[in-house]
Amino acid sequence: MIVEFASIVGWLVLALIAIHLTCELFENFTKRKSLRRMLKNVNDRIKAWWVMAVVLMIAMLLGKLGIIFLFVFASFASLREFLTLTNTRLADSWALAAAFFVVLPVQYFAIGMDWYGFYSVFIPVYAFLMLPILTALRGESRHFLIRVAETQWGLMVAIFCISHLPALLNLNIDGFEGKSFLLILFLVIVVQSSDTAQYICGRIWGKTVVAPELSPSKTYEGLVGGVLSAAIIGALLYWITPFSPWVAAAMAGVVSLFGLLGSLVMSAIKRDRGIKDYGPMFIGQGGFTDRLDTVIFSAPVFFHLLRFFWE
Amino acid sequence: MKAIAAEIVSIGLQLLIRALTAVRGIWIDVEPDKKRRIYYSNHTSNGDFVLIWTALPHEIRKNTRGVAAADYWFKSKIRRFAAESVFKAILIDRNPDTRSAEEDPVAMMGEASRAGQSLIIFPEGKRNQSEEKLLEFKTGLYHFLKENPEVEAIPTWIENLNRVLPKGSLLPIPLICTVTFGPPVVLKKRESKKAFLKRSREALLAMAAIHDRGIE
Repeated sequence: MIVEFASIVGWLVLALIAIHLTCELFENFTKRKSLRRMLKNVNDRIKAWWVMAVVLMIAMLLGKLGIIFLFVFASFASLREFLTLTNTRLADSWALAAAFFVVLPVQYFAIGMDWYGFYSVFIPVYAFLMLPILTALRGESRHFLIRVAETQWGLMVAIFCISHLPALLNLNIDGFEGKSFLLILFLVIVVQSSDTAQYICGRIWGKTVVAPELSPSKTYEGLVGGVLSAAIIGALLYWITPFSPWVAAAMAGVVSLFGLLGSLVMSAIKRDRGIKDYGPMFIGQGGFTDRLDTVIFSAPVFFHLLRFFWE
Repeated sequence: MKAIAAEIVSIGLQLLIRALTAVRGIWIDVEPDKKRRIYYSNHTSNGDFVLIWTALPHEIRKNTRGVAAADYWFKSKIRRFAAESVFKAILIDRNPDTRSAEEDPVAMMGEASRAGQSLIIFPEGKRNQSEEKLLEFKTGLYHFLKENPEVEAIPTWIENLNRVLPKGSLLPIPLICTVTFGPPVVLKKRESKKAFLKRSREALLAMAAIHDRGIE
């Protein structure tokens, strides 16, 4: 098992080194300014990937508990960023404290004990009903619906969606026992690279902007390029998945489409609040929520597709 | 022994503050510097002082002392230990009737400043729990600068901490906080007390406006 894990990691690290070197070389030798700026952005993304790769590898070596703690931390940081932007006020303090100190640990605890029937409904049913009750008890009516809805969205995005990455460990797929952590790797690699491919294709061929007010850099050409690249990368990675190459390509295409469109949704929220990034964590690359925005929408979809068709 | 305990508490507090607020200092037209300064800030929460203290770079932090109300920090043994040993705060008696001449706040601040230390003060004089963004300033900042005109007054805007520590909530709520430092305000020759207090208050509000516009 360890040998297999080491060889998979070894190949992926080699691939990342090759991509990084190529981009660095191109950045240093190209004469065209626009190309250089694009490659600079890509290289910044790759640097953030190295950080993610190291953290993810350490978590995986520590096993399920390590992975769960990693995503507890990611959810915490993302929720902290998200709720900073909301209109919540003093009367929401019970609900907010409950979100951080009750909902978040309980959701991950249920994932840790593999209790699907609970973690799939805990947030959309119980938390969504209980937190507005806590808020209503404080008796403040101003912007009530806005405040409640914002908090619920925070829970959905930062806890529920992100927690579906470690939830992948709970899937029992025939012939794939003990290797489900590779599904996390597959999803993160596919989605992250589709986001970068979307950016590159948009810069090269982009003409039709999807929604100029939300994200001036997202074009239909970029989206198509991102999804197609994801499908190719997915197919190339079929050997770490339970899929055949064609199915891996289809799966990668679907999750990357959700990821890219999800990232558009997350941009819309940022534009509405007049900010550029959710937070300051990675230099030049925004906060946790910015780095995770494509993963956020694709994780639950990937999880349920797998559960429905493979388990 | 006490010094070790103080160091442990200091590191622990900073870790806690960073976990809750991911605080970072934003320096606008001014650089972090070890020279003698007086950071003056808006006051909305009991944690304000600790937040600024955490946001300052280590080299500056260890030489920066808060000016705080003795009645608050003497209330319990833990607070007293924190104020005296961890923050080495300058504790002042807010009631002019009960304090002696040596306990005059401006004199105590001047003494620390001349010893090479930087200070943190909250010129509103009390926590702002009104709807207003910033209360009128008390006169301490003016009197201090009049006696120590070489000290740079740095407007320091704290954002969000009052949401992290809402009044009456048992638990803090993790939200991102920022501390925005602005360019030094210098007391001009023959500037009146009123004019200076107005100008320094506006300089602080300008930092708030920069934060609100999201220029970071």
